[in-house]
Amino acid sequence: MSRSRIPFFFAILLLIAAGISIAIWRHVELGIPWFTGEQKPVWMVEARVDFDGTGEPVLASLNIPDQPPQFRIISEQAASPGYGFSIVDDSGERRAEWSKRNVSGPQTLYFKVQLIPDDRALGSQPKRPPKPEPVFWEEPQATAVEELLQQAAERSSTPESMTRELIKLLQPDQGAQNTTLLVSEANYIDLLTRMLNHAGIPARTADGLALEDARRRQQLRPFLQIYDGARWLTFNPRTAEQGLPEHVLLWRQAAASLLDIVGGDNSDVSFSMLRQTIPALQLAQAQSSENGLGFLSLYQLPIEEQSMFRMLLLLPLGALVVAFMRIVVGIRTSGTFMPILIAVAFVQTTLIPGLIAFISVVAIGLLMRGYLSSLNLLLVSRISALIILVIFITAGLSIAGYQMGFNTGMTVTFFPMVIIAWTIERMSILWEEEGAREVFVQGAGSLFVAVCAFLIMSAPLASHLTFNFPELHFVVLGIILLMGQYTGYKLTELRRFYPMKAYS
Amino acid sequence: MGWISPFKLNQLGMLNMNRRNVDYIARYNSRSSYPMVDNKLKTKLVVAEYDVRTPKLLQIVRQQHEISHFREMAEDLDGFAIKPAKGSGGKGITVITGRDDDEYIKASGSRVSSSHLERHLSNILAGLYSLAGTPDVAIVENLVESIPELAKYSFQGVPDIRIVVFQGYPVMAMLRLATKASDGKANLHQGAVGVGLNIANGRSLNAVQFNRPITLHPDTGLALENLLIDDWQEMLVMASRCYEATGLGYMGVDLVVDVNEGPLLLELNARPGLAIQMANGRGLLPRLRQIEALRRTHFTPEERAAFAMDTFTSQI
Repeated sequence: MSRSRIPFFFAILLLIAAGISIAIWRHVELGIPWFTGEQKPVWMVEARVDFDGTGEPVLASLNIPDQPPQFRIISEQAASPGYGFSIVDDSGERRAEWSKRNVSGPQTLYFKVQLIPDDRALGSQPKRPPKPEPVFWEEPQATAVEELLQQAAERSSTPESMTRELIKLLQPDQGAQNTTLLVSEANYIDLLTRMLNHAGIPARTADGLALEDARRRQQLRPFLQIYDGARWLTFNPRTAEQGLPEHVLLWRQAAASLLDIVGGDNSDVSFSMLRQTIPALQLAQAQSSENGLGFLSLYQLPIEEQSMFRMLLLLPLGALVVAFMRIVVGIRTSGTFMPILIAVAFVQTTLIPGLIAFISVVAIGLLMRGYLSSLNLLLVSRISALIILVIFITAGLSIAGYQMGFNTGMTVTFFPMVIIAWTIERMSILWEEEGAREVFVQGAGSLFVAVCAFLIMSAPLASHLTFNFPELHFVVLGIILLMGQYTGYKLTELRRFYPMKAYS
Repeated sequence: MGWISPFKLNQLGMLNMNRRNVDYIARYNSRSSYPMVDNKLKTKLVVAEYDVRTPKLLQIVRQQHEISHFREMAEDLDGFAIKPAKGSGGKGITVITGRDDDEYIKASGSRVSSSHLERHLSNILAGLYSLAGTPDVAIVENLVESIPELAKYSFQGVPDIRIVVFQGYPVMAMLRLATKASDGKANLHQGAVGVGLNIANGRSLNAVQFNRPITLHPDTGLALENLLIDDWQEMLVMASRCYEATGLGYMGVDLVVDVNEGPLLLELNARPGLAIQMANGRGLLPRLRQIEALRRTHFTPEERAAFAMDTFTSQI
């Protein structure tokens, strides 16, 4: 006996563990929030391209972010009337391309991107490890470069430390002769990159944008990137500080140029940005289609089906309440799952109007059923007649309620008619056989369980969790299965068996 | 009324509903045997092969059109009982004790016309009283006339004896007496009196009504102490035989003692209630566990009844 139950309990444990771990996994991966109303910050960055048309066909090509480190892109959008637009992914660099046949005069193009900060986004990885570019120097620079690289190499052991040392050596306050010979303000970052490549370290420049709320007309700031054999590392080219500062978006990484315009001059790019908050749930829904885990969620379904599932997925909670109330508490209800259906109707009608409508329909139905029983009808036709009467009653209540100015009277139509007819029939038989007391006990028990189920099902958190984490139903299923094994005393039995106290 | 702690109930060995369903009914009662006890007609036919007698079958009404034959058959009868074959808990049972011209006299004393009985039959056929509302069959049986020694305790209605049989061993018994509150029915939850019976000798232990201990019958006013059932061993053997007949490991056997025919089986129940423990003032669990712990069970009903009489004295 006890041996045969171990696999059962193990399976239940697995079921519950699976439900919880899938939910946690989806929370972490998709960012679906545990609670409703959670807000997430989103950066809206707008690139503005200005140029003057020269009356020729124009092709404007702007480099746009491609898997920037520390951020995730959630949407991209271009606004530029009259232009053809597309995003081109050309050998690892993404560019937004605008085109138009005849352009003259000042032109403005916009490109908007929405980003969320994400510490786990590491940035794009090169498919093939990059090689240092060959660099040629002329005298007297060649000797100066060699000397500086020698000095830096002596003080360092890795590409990173080499880079840091080289940046320090190139600072003007070092006062070294070689430095002053090489460095001018205009070519500083270029020089640094070339020297590192010369030393055998793949290096490039990247353009970053410091994100601050509600800033306009911002410009990109150059950063130095070196390849350490596994990925691109970012350095501040002036302070040698390694790593990307917080709230800096690397707009351009791999691309050689930021903006190319054919058929226009006086071009300029500037950026403006805004920090917004949007509900975390909306964010997760927007991302689910891109993410591989998206197929597990219900967001892909048409909206109409989604709202149906929203309701359906609440039913297990109702079943859980009924199981708990009957197995552990021991409340008697008329019809096992009638309370769930009543609770579902309450969700549509709201509680108080629903209760009033339900009780009045059943009470009027019971009176009419009293007359039907004296007619000596066969069971099937009696139930059928009752269903029709129930529909008359609900129609009557709706009309009467409406005439008296209660719109809530209309909600009575949400009740399942056939279930109500059967409830009336059962209550009526119960009344004849067991007396009115049992009718009230079972009727009140059913309503109590229905109200409990309603309160749980109508909680915003319940509908949020059941719909966004459908896998949590494994947990509900596990608990219901566990309750099926509960052999302890019901709460009501502690009262029922009270007289046994005399025999102990 | 107060509350009792679950530990105390455990100590008393009280069987509760969840444990009864999971550990006894689900484990020892095979689903395929249920129709045999849920259908009184099948029960009658099956137990007859095992020498367990039931009230004489007068008529079976299977179809709506057969109801017309009922009047012809009932012409010559004074008393009879109409029962739905698949009814439960005594629902739909109408007992006719006599005639007055065209009218029939019910056990409660009220008079009904034959058209009322025909309507009742038609309700039974439609499945009004059957467990799942499925179409049913009505059976008409000979009226059971209880022996006066027991009948005097009961307010109307026939007193019956409920014996819980576990794996063929009678483990607990009680006498059920109808009261005014129970409307002549012997159902405890409707207000009938339950009198616990000592398995060893058929003597009364204590009595309860609505789960509260009583010493006198509320309507007849008779003391319920020192009540003794005759032919006790025979009744235990009869109950024990039903195990062979149905194969149900855990069931309630309802017996009556007819003045002419002696002990008769009224019906079997695959889900016997828990109130019998209150009437006996002791829990079922220690007795059930003692049977479960038996290394070798006894083969014949006689041996099992004798074992139960030896073992389940009022101490256990």
